[in-house]
Amino acid sequence: MTIALTTTSRRSFLGHSYNLVGVVASLVILAWTLIAIFAPYIIPHPIGDIVDDDYFGPMRQGLWLGSDYLGRDMLSRVLMGARYTVGISLAAVSIACFSGVVLGMIAAVTGGWLDTCLSRFLDAMNSIPSKLFGLVVVAAVGSSIPVLILTLAVIYIPGAYRFARALAVNINTMDFMTVARVRGESTLYLIGSEILPNIIRPVLADFGLRFVFIVLLLSGLSFLGLGLQPPLADWGALVRENIGGLPFAAPAVIVPSLAIASLTISVNLLIDNLPQKIRDRDA
Amino acid sequence: MSNLVEVRNLRIEATTDAGRLVEIIKGVSLDIADGEIVALIGESGSGKTTVALSLMGYARPGCRITGGEINVNGKNMAALSEKERARLRGTDIAYVPQSAAASFNPSSTIMEQVIEVTRIHKLMPPEQARRRAVELFRALSLPDPEGIGARYPHQVSGGQLQRLSAAMALIGDPKLVIFDEPTTALDVTTQIDVLKAFKSVMRAGGIAGVYVSHDLAVVAQIADRIVVLKGGEVQETGTTAAILSAARHPYTRELLAAFEPKPRQGQADADAGTKQLLRINDVTAGYGAMRADGLPLIRAVDSVSLVVEKGRNLGVIGESGCGKSTLARVIAGIHPAAAGDIVFDGKDLQRAARKRSQDQLREMQIVFQYADTALNPAKPVEDIIARPLAFYHRLDRQARSKRVDELLDMVRLPRALRYRHPSELSGGQKQRVNFARALAADPKLIICDEITSALDTVVASAVIELLKELQRELGLSYIFISHDLSVVEAICDEIMVMYNGQRVEQITPDKVKAPAHPYSKLLFSSVPKLDPTWLDGLVRDPELVSQYGHC
Repeated sequence: MTIALTTTSRRSFLGHSYNLVGVVASLVILAWTLIAIFAPYIIPHPIGDIVDDDYFGPMRQGLWLGSDYLGRDMLSRVLMGARYTVGISLAAVSIACFSGVVLGMIAAVTGGWLDTCLSRFLDAMNSIPSKLFGLVVVAAVGSSIPVLILTLAVIYIPGAYRFARALAVNINTMDFMTVARVRGESTLYLIGSEILPNIIRPVLADFGLRFVFIVLLLSGLSFLGLGLQPPLADWGALVRENIGGLPFAAPAVIVPSLAIASLTISVNLLIDNLPQKIRDRDA
Repeated sequence: MSNLVEVRNLRIEATTDAGRLVEIIKGVSLDIADGEIVALIGESGSGKTTVALSLMGYARPGCRITGGEINVNGKNMAALSEKERARLRGTDIAYVPQSAAASFNPSSTIMEQVIEVTRIHKLMPPEQARRRAVELFRALSLPDPEGIGARYPHQVSGGQLQRLSAAMALIGDPKLVIFDEPTTALDVTTQIDVLKAFKSVMRAGGIAGVYVSHDLAVVAQIADRIVVLKGGEVQETGTTAAILSAARHPYTRELLAAFEPKPRQGQADADAGTKQLLRINDVTAGYGAMRADGLPLIRAVDSVSLVVEKGRNLGVIGESGCGKSTLARVIAGIHPAAAGDIVFDGKDLQRAARKRSQDQLREMQIVFQYADTALNPAKPVEDIIARPLAFYHRLDRQARSKRVDELLDMVRLPRALRYRHPSELSGGQKQRVNFARALAADPKLIICDEITSALDTVVASAVIELLKELQRELGLSYIFISHDLSVVEAICDEIMVMYNGQRVEQITPDKVKAPAHPYSKLLFSSVPKLDPTWLDGLVRDPELVSQYGHC
């Protein structure tokens, strides 16, 4: 039974085996990425223009996804929203994971007071509720794209740090780390060459998961009006501004919600179905 | 049905992650009569554990029994449903695993776990089961048979735990017990007690057994018949005496040859033996809080002194917990000493590796026991071996690549192996790569910490031969740490016996027959011999055993 399953649902390519769910998920992610990059060239209407006589217009020719609460083209706004949602989240998650993972590995390898100080400081950071933290920052310095990226990154650094440190501590007890240490290697070599290759897969999975968290948090902040300011709008902001269309089942509120769902679920599915390297001794 | 177990033409297939099917057991047939103990012997990967597990109708994940019959007590285990098999496990067939420490649940008492089988199969009321367990504890000569059941697994020693897991297997009155390398993880002095206990209980109950092991000497003590496996096929079957005295198959002879004492050629070059390479004086190291006198609370190494001369080898022998590995780590500077001096090549060494110069680090290399954890699994072999070349010798890419080839030749590995990852190598190959990395640094002294104990007898003796050859070619010195006397005897000029963190005695291999210190006597007499009557004829001074034994 299991053998039949593995041979039918997994295909191999370039020495890796894939399965169908992972391929579909990565196609969805790829599509949203391309849209994020090329959105300004493919939107049919400028995002601020009122093109419909009515508000919450239905789907029809010319306005493929209907119109929003001011009669603006929904398709254009969703496509441009992808740019902000994907772009801001990606920038924030990259900063968060890079700093978190590097700090986590350094703490694990060095140990002692550096480890203690870093861990306690980041634990303290972790104890601040994320939405509240975002609210305070936005209230203090105002909402702009760089501020949003940095805020989201800071919120997720402690998690990435904890995760990487936990993995690195395990690797750190292995004999090859001792061998490298008595060889006289520097901390930089230890974390980059000995530890990182061993934890890269879970770290990448964590990267994807954290990306999803950030998309959701950004959408939440925008929904509360703390994220991007009009007329720019990411998907969360689109849901909020069109929430009045809910009683009419307007596509204006459904489509951005679906967009958030499709991206986050795809990333999750991809993480669970990453291609696996085939380690067959004789093949 | 004349025999208790009749296996006919057993075939087991495994699926690789590319979906390819590999036949790992290729038509094995064997018989076990009532009350007979049959040993399955072979190197790792020979399929001995797979065959043993198949007697319970069990195949490990990824494996599948594809053909043949496994008749145990008249039932074909291969054809039964999982539910029916479960009913037989524990009552007809029982299993004693290799690592008892890993198979006990740390959060409940030993008694609860020993009588669990009777509860699952509803064999007898708990009160009766407890009484039966105490009888078994007594039969297995466990200390305090009435009270030991109330303890938790971490409160008893490894040898006791192994006997308790045998009690767990025996409580359901099985007709067949499968022992999966039950003494491999134990010290020689403990191993004897466990073997004796197993043997007497099996004899008394007339229970048939399958004993899986790679240690021919251990098998010789306990088995009636021996089945030699290699590559998933039976190579040779015969009574223990016949196999030991008149083995026909070349592989069996190889196994036996690995036991032949290989006397070390005396070091003819007297000039090499005059210069001291390493001297340590009254070194003390340990763990725990520092006391007022600057020494740690628990002293794993207690005022040990030793000398290694250029081109000669020192063996350090003792059982687990005697501080021999800590000593290696102290010399290498991984675990800085609390007191004492280390003089290497005429110069005082700093206690911590971090403070030693790069050249000092380079000239003294350490090779660890488990090549699995000593090699970074994420890197190919060539990167692993090339790193010391880049780090110490600053060779460029081309020179490194050339040198990696030379080093692989030196440790007798095919050059094509350089592209593989450690997980794609066998145990012996990994240990050679581990050693090649130490050689890459161009050291004067290599500290070998139990480097052969994770290897099969045949592979281990090949590795030892290799070390000797390299010594002749490169003029190295070794500190050879092991619990296995035969290994140390084969390669060392001097042997130091350690007990409880202290140096007990230092002798030369030719005097191993007549050690002076009582602990050395006990240790040396506990090494199993190929002679099947050895265990029964062994008489040990009870005073010595109670003083130095751990049971």
